[in-house]
Amino acid sequence: MARSTSKDAQALFQSLRSAYAATPTNLKIIDLYVVFAVLTAAIQIVYMAIVGSFPFNSFLSGVLSCIGTAVLAVCLRIQVNKDNKEFKDLPPERAFADFVLCNLVLHLVIMNFLG
Amino acid sequence: MVGKPESSNGTAKSGSNQTGSSPPSALPLNLKSDLFSSLSFKTLKLKTKQQELLLRVSILCLIYILAFITRLFSVLRYESMIHEFDPYFNYRTTLFLTQKGFYEFWNWFDSESWYPLGRIIGGTLYPGLMVTAAIIYWVLRFLRFAVHIREVCVLTAPFFASNTTLVAYFFGKEIWDSGAGLVAAALIAICPGYISRSVAGSYDNEGVAIFALLFTFYLFVKAVNTGSLAWALASAFGYFYMVSAWGGYVFIINLIPLYVLVLLITGRYSMRLYVAYNCMYVLGMLLAMQIRFVGFQHVQSGEHMAAMGVFFLIQVFYFLDWVRYLLSDTKLFQAFLRITVTTAVGVGAIALGVGTASGYISPWTGRFYSLLDPTYAKDHIPIIASVSEHQPTAWSSFMFDFHILLFLFPAGLYFCFKRLSDATIFIVMYGLTSMYFAGVMVRLILVATPAVCLISAIAVSATIKNLTQLVRTKSKVPQSGSSKGSGSSKGSSKATVDQSQPFQRNGAIALLLGAFYLLSKYATHCTWVTSEAYSSPSIVLAARGAHGNRVIFDDYREAYFWLRQNTPPDAKVMSWWDYGYQITAMGNRTVIVDNNTWNNTHIATVGRAMSSYEHEAIEIMRSLDVDYVLVVFGGVTGYSSDDINKFLWMVRIGGGVFPVIKEPDYLVNGEYRVDKGAAPKMLNCLMYKLCYYRFGELTTEYGKPPGYDRARGVEIGNKDIKLEYLEEAFTTSNWIVRIYKVKPPNNRW
Repeated sequence: MARSTSKDAQALFQSLRSAYAATPTNLKIIDLYVVFAVLTAAIQIVYMAIVGSFPFNSFLSGVLSCIGTAVLAVCLRIQVNKDNKEFKDLPPERAFADFVLCNLVLHLVIMNFLG
Repeated sequence: MVGKPESSNGTAKSGSNQTGSSPPSALPLNLKSDLFSSLSFKTLKLKTKQQELLLRVSILCLIYILAFITRLFSVLRYESMIHEFDPYFNYRTTLFLTQKGFYEFWNWFDSESWYPLGRIIGGTLYPGLMVTAAIIYWVLRFLRFAVHIREVCVLTAPFFASNTTLVAYFFGKEIWDSGAGLVAAALIAICPGYISRSVAGSYDNEGVAIFALLFTFYLFVKAVNTGSLAWALASAFGYFYMVSAWGGYVFIINLIPLYVLVLLITGRYSMRLYVAYNCMYVLGMLLAMQIRFVGFQHVQSGEHMAAMGVFFLIQVFYFLDWVRYLLSDTKLFQAFLRITVTTAVGVGAIALGVGTASGYISPWTGRFYSLLDPTYAKDHIPIIASVSEHQPTAWSSFMFDFHILLFLFPAGLYFCFKRLSDATIFIVMYGLTSMYFAGVMVRLILVATPAVCLISAIAVSATIKNLTQLVRTKSKVPQSGSSKGSGSSKGSSKATVDQSQPFQRNGAIALLLGAFYLLSKYATHCTWVTSEAYSSPSIVLAARGAHGNRVIFDDYREAYFWLRQNTPPDAKVMSWWDYGYQITAMGNRTVIVDNNTWNNTHIATVGRAMSSYEHEAIEIMRSLDVDYVLVVFGGVTGYSSDDINKFLWMVRIGGGVFPVIKEPDYLVNGEYRVDKGAAPKMLNCLMYKLCYYRFGELTTEYGKPPGYDRARGVEIGNKDIKLEYLEEAFTTSNWIVRIYKVKPPNNRW
């Protein structure tokens, strides 16, 4: 039983890797960015668990900055992905402009909130 | 379409119908605009599209003006003044903001209320309303309009009601078509459910908040429909404004996740939804945290956890969707799905459990419970149950506030279900949830009103459109064989099929007339309700005199002016909490408790003092440094919402904290009386004495014995009242407000 699940997992992993290799480079860059942001958020949460969350607004703004960036990047990825038919008539320039605008707002607010 | 700029049937209304959307032809104000536009069409020779645009814009302008002027009854009847209780606090803080500036306002510690505790105003209020009014004031001053801040405050609510009609138009356009948008704008402009909180002078949070609420919803639906980050950002800002304006923002932060959840469950998940919700949630949450009164609640309180849960859920959903897109093998995906879902559910449950158990996530507040369970407040929180606007809604007030919309609402729901889309699902959910809350609490009818107006507008617009199409295609078929547009050709083909039913056209005309009749009834009802019921400031009372003339009782302001002029500036006034805001705003004196009911114990102390014997009450009053006691008494004028009628709530709230006060002591066989048969404790408690002091000498009504209480219709039971520790300081001309001075302690020898 245990061996079969591990084999399953291996097969799953293999096929995921081979499928992912086909994604365009610009999407891969965005993916890397998202992974980086999520990892940063995770590090902050671990740090909070060890040290404590005393300036709570600073902790929140740090984590939300990462999560917000990640989520916005995923939104950008959705919008520029050519395979998504829903966003066929949205030019990538417009999507990127929206992304920059949202990030600008996000980080202005976070700077205000950092304390 | 281009070939017939002025069609043979001449009238402008049918000209605009060629593109398929009919304006709300049943509203009286259209007649005016039709007349106006038909004149201009003849002279200007506009194309059909332009004609329609012109019609729409002129109708919207008229609605905008109508929404404003229908709320001015109170200014015309009385004067430009602030109404009721809470608005006086808002007025006072706005005044402070305009005089001292934003930073002073933000850091304001108010020592004039909740003596001796004080209140941190900047951190315990929703500043949206005050900042809005102050900005309007500063803009007007900048444009060299020398207005007084009071005028700005009085007219803020009507101004925002006008803006709400515009938002309703765009919202209606988004979920149905522009015709429905116009009808929605017209309906909401005069709907009594909304007018009740937005007449001129009702300077309260709700006036601005309904605009913000509808605006946020509109932007969110727009974001879901387009999938654009910019619209989602805009809706986050709308949410921010709503959070800054009213505590009802909790409705938004729960409705939108619920909507997302419903879309997920019904399999309507889309990338657009992902973009809209995530951007709106993250940015909206961050922006909302900048309001100090809300603070960290978005991550700490149980009421906001639904949104966060849905946020994580949608991430998992997206991730799964993406993996499925990558994997072609379904069996592998099934295995993957099982693992991920188990982990996600497990992690979520553990996080929620740990958060709740460790007290990090605060449990739901009593106000929230009382919304879900209408009987909760009655059993647990008397201070919420004591407010009349927190009572469950009676059927009559639904009818009063919605009139025909109540019947159109289900019809509109039917149309929404017939043409299901993401937007109509949203409005259906908004309508159903808010209708439930409107049934729980009277004041929440306000939240339901925009949804009811929008859904009813869909019903009206769709019905009238179908009927006019029937009427028009019949008449068109003989004169023009060529089809004009897709909508029109569909209609004519339907008409040829329906040729067999002979009375269809007449029936359609009859139904149109019926709709016109109903809608004009609605308009008259709304105007009547506005002028009769919702335009009284409640601080100035009006009554009919013996000869049918109007009598004005201006006793409140008389009393507050007396306080302002005749008492030392640091005098502390004790009264029931209803009058706290008014005393600080108009009388400029320190109060013990006020309408911001944040400290139940303090209020209970005042309730205990009012319901004790005089010698016990004096101890409490001395411990609170009370100099004056103010009571409101309606026995002379027959004003029924006075302190004697509120007295049982004082007993209940006082008894909730201090068990020495027991409600049965004030009742006789479970009955509340003030005449000879009243309970002895009732006849000698402080409130009774202060209200009826010297009342036994007064003949209030011809043919009745002296001491006849007109509000309760009985002769009072204790006519010989002696006060030992207090003395009468001032009684207004109609005895509505009575002020007593606490005597200094006697000399010891």
